[in-house]
Amino acid sequence: MQVTVTVNGTTGSHDVETRMLLVHYLREVRGLTGTNVGCDTTSCGACTVLLNGESVKSCTMLAAQADGEEITTIEGMAAPDGTLHPIQEAFREHHGLQCGFCTPGMVMAIASFLKEHPDPTEAEVREGLEGNLCRCTGYHNIVQAALAVARAGELVS
Amino acid sequence: MSATMTEDTPAKGVVGTRMLRREDPALLSGEARYVHDLVVPGALHMAVVRSPYAHARVTSVDVSGALGMPGVAAAFSGADLAGEWGSAMPCAWPVTADMQSPPHFPVALNEACYVGDAVAVVLAGSQAEAQDAAGAVAVVYEELPAAVDLEDAASDRVLAHSDLSSNRAYTWELTPDADAVTRAFDAAAVTVKERYVQQRLIPAAMEPRGVCVVPQPFGGEYLVYSATQIPHILRTMLGITAGVPEERIRVVAPSVGGGFGSKLDVYAEELLCLVLSRRLRKPVRWSEERSEAAQATIHGRGQVQEIELAADTDGRVQAVRVRLLADMGAYMQLVTPGVPLLGAFLYHGVYDVAAYSFTCTGVFTNKTPTDAYRGAGRPEATYAIERAMDALARKVGTDPAEVRRRNFIGADKFPYASAAGLLFDSGNYEGALDAALELVDYEGLREEQARRRGQGASKLLGVGLSSYVEMCGLAPSRVLASLNYVAGGWEAATVRMLPTGKVQVVTGATPHGQGHVTSWSMIIADKLGVSPEDVEVLHSDTAVSPLGLDTYGSRSLAVGGTAIALAADRLIDKARLLAAHRLEVAPEDLELSSGQFSVRGSPSSAMALGALAFEAFTAHDLPQGMEPNLEASATYDPTNFTFPFGTHVAVVEVDAETGKVDLVRYSAVDDCGNQINPLIVDGQVHGGIVQGVAQALFEEAVYDDDGNLLTTTFTDYLVPAASEVPSFSLGRTVTPSPSNPLGVKGIGEAGTIASTPAVVNAVVDALSHLGVVDIAMPVTPERVWRSIGAAAPGTGGGR
Repeated sequence: MQVTVTVNGTTGSHDVETRMLLVHYLREVRGLTGTNVGCDTTSCGACTVLLNGESVKSCTMLAAQADGEEITTIEGMAAPDGTLHPIQEAFREHHGLQCGFCTPGMVMAIASFLKEHPDPTEAEVREGLEGNLCRCTGYHNIVQAALAVARAGELVS
Repeated sequence: MSATMTEDTPAKGVVGTRMLRREDPALLSGEARYVHDLVVPGALHMAVVRSPYAHARVTSVDVSGALGMPGVAAAFSGADLAGEWGSAMPCAWPVTADMQSPPHFPVALNEACYVGDAVAVVLAGSQAEAQDAAGAVAVVYEELPAAVDLEDAASDRVLAHSDLSSNRAYTWELTPDADAVTRAFDAAAVTVKERYVQQRLIPAAMEPRGVCVVPQPFGGEYLVYSATQIPHILRTMLGITAGVPEERIRVVAPSVGGGFGSKLDVYAEELLCLVLSRRLRKPVRWSEERSEAAQATIHGRGQVQEIELAADTDGRVQAVRVRLLADMGAYMQLVTPGVPLLGAFLYHGVYDVAAYSFTCTGVFTNKTPTDAYRGAGRPEATYAIERAMDALARKVGTDPAEVRRRNFIGADKFPYASAAGLLFDSGNYEGALDAALELVDYEGLREEQARRRGQGASKLLGVGLSSYVEMCGLAPSRVLASLNYVAGGWEAATVRMLPTGKVQVVTGATPHGQGHVTSWSMIIADKLGVSPEDVEVLHSDTAVSPLGLDTYGSRSLAVGGTAIALAADRLIDKARLLAAHRLEVAPEDLELSSGQFSVRGSPSSAMALGALAFEAFTAHDLPQGMEPNLEASATYDPTNFTFPFGTHVAVVEVDAETGKVDLVRYSAVDDCGNQINPLIVDGQVHGGIVQGVAQALFEEAVYDDDGNLLTTTFTDYLVPAASEVPSFSLGRTVTPSPSNPLGVKGIGEAGTIASTPAVVNAVVDALSHLGVVDIAMPVTPERVWRSIGAAAPGTGGGR
């Protein structure tokens, strides 16, 4: 079937299998491999992207369901000149990543979370990220990064 | 936020500073490439048909059904591939001369020995087609009885392999003075005898494994991309096992999404992709799915431990005696049998104990093979001794902190020759305990605990200590030889200055999240007076870094970092001779500061290393006999292990009505010697703590009685999320290691080693006034609730 999806501001139309998941569409059809697949039960959140600005796990929806919608992936977060998005910058500043595999999903989940909770407590950040697993950082520095972005109030939605 | 107890290592340059990681921009922007991200035109995708039985005779395998499926290029049974192997799969650590190890082939021939054991492979144009077709392979099994429970397997009631006479693979003993142990127990006023179960754990690196083998254009050569911690070891082992000359294999580990030991192995799928790409003359790739990973990637832990302490009435420990059963799983993987030995010397922990006895029996079961998982043997040892010390404290009526204090190896006793035969390099265990107790306000917590108990509060407070020491920086090659390990423990490095003054570092260490590029750049920056950004680190590719022994056992800095520092020193030695020649002075009259050689007492006469690098490159005017270029290599074989230590304190709230445990605070004081980058050290500690907490509270690979793994997804296997753990307060003491010139120890595993007993001790502490003395891991609400009921009927807990 034909789908037309705007990804990171670029609209494309492609013929895809009806069973194709959004994450495979992004990775294989659009060539955006920053979005990772870490599980097969929608548990780990590595594949989190933004659908019209809200976080979704791209392994949980079909490419067909994104027809006509706007998707933002990790590749769409930094400015065109390479300047990191404030969340990406905060991850670096606070050492919120180690192996980096969960990181794209974490960044997207935080982008969506902070839009809805611009001034969260630490406990709210932790609850808000419970759909995203990280095996390296113990979450401490990820939470610090999210709180720092909120405190700075510089989130660009 | 982290509090740092002591100042960071004083730094002239960047070493000791919290420099941000150079790796991060590529990882944060989605630019980094993991194996699964690599696009290889024409590659065939492999799917593996796996045994649904824990133990079965494979009567027949018919792949014809798969061959007719869309996109399928080939399908093979174990018998079809039998001629491909140069040898069975490797085990590099046959711990005893008489160790039993049944031959292990990537695809089983006649007998499947665990759920997940491969019985056939299918290759197709896409992963989905390969997986669809795998379901069309017809396998006839004759189910055999399975050895599932570890202690039952040790009884040989059911054999895990039909061609073995016993499930007992080996027994390894370390008892330097048996009479001393016997005397100590005979004379002991107090003894403690505890039994602990180390449940099986699934490593669950966030990136599942992946392999892609590309035949190279010149014929007979193979480029192996693998999500591995060990490209160098893998190359050698692939060569031996697949019968390919080693030099024709190039292994590249691209970005690797965590390992924790689970990618420190030589796996069936790596071998299969190699031999199938040879057979089919096409690229062959495989991407592991999460539920497949639960069965096909190694598990960790899996031990039944019995530990006994002999002590006097004050709780001073005179002897430690340990007996282990260790679950090997169905086969010996790369270092499976050696994992318990990495803990074998450490069951007396941080305590000055005169008599020591350790025995371990490795046992086959019909379950996924076990192997090294973060800490590998040392978390198990630390758990046993730290739980037993709390039991001893209860028995002699002493505070857990006090019983530890009475038994510590004194700071004045280093280097300390242990009864188990190690030489502990340096330490100040009481210093770390004091710092940790202060950080967490131990006295205040004890008062709050008493207050809640007095009020009959439903949320009980528990405080748990864990004082640990571990041995890492693997490892002196001679010591490995004495343990029957078949390889050495050195690491190699080359440092070269390029004509423009930039620096290339080639290392055999293989990062997968640890921040090596940043740390190695910092070491070189201070050595050579360049900016860290001017240092390029080449790694994880056997074509650019042919020599190395890779990353595991918290060895990268203590061994690999030392090799880099030594190579830089040799480069400086050569540059000094060149500078002396150009400045027409004696080499000993030159001093090096911030990358510039100047003549002592005449600082205007100077040459920068960058300029010397260009002179060495042009080679127009070198001293007689000097070779062009500024380049030097070093291969460092450590003279001893390193011994990081510290004390962790866990604070839990236990709901006596529901059994729910909340980890509410956690403080850790670690001593890893000198720190290159405390920011990275903090990150390693944080992550390590949560992995240990996960064992204490959440994770277990659960098998049913038939050997079916029940926890194959993240909905069943509970990797903790951010909402299940607190922030951590960290402190550090700094006791440099005298064993290496950097004075470093290692921090990759310490958090995991320390945290598990701290958390379980805290839960037991919360309930100790009710008579609870032990709860099995993972300490689930149900187990807590039942143990309350069993210890104190009528107090709210259930049975």
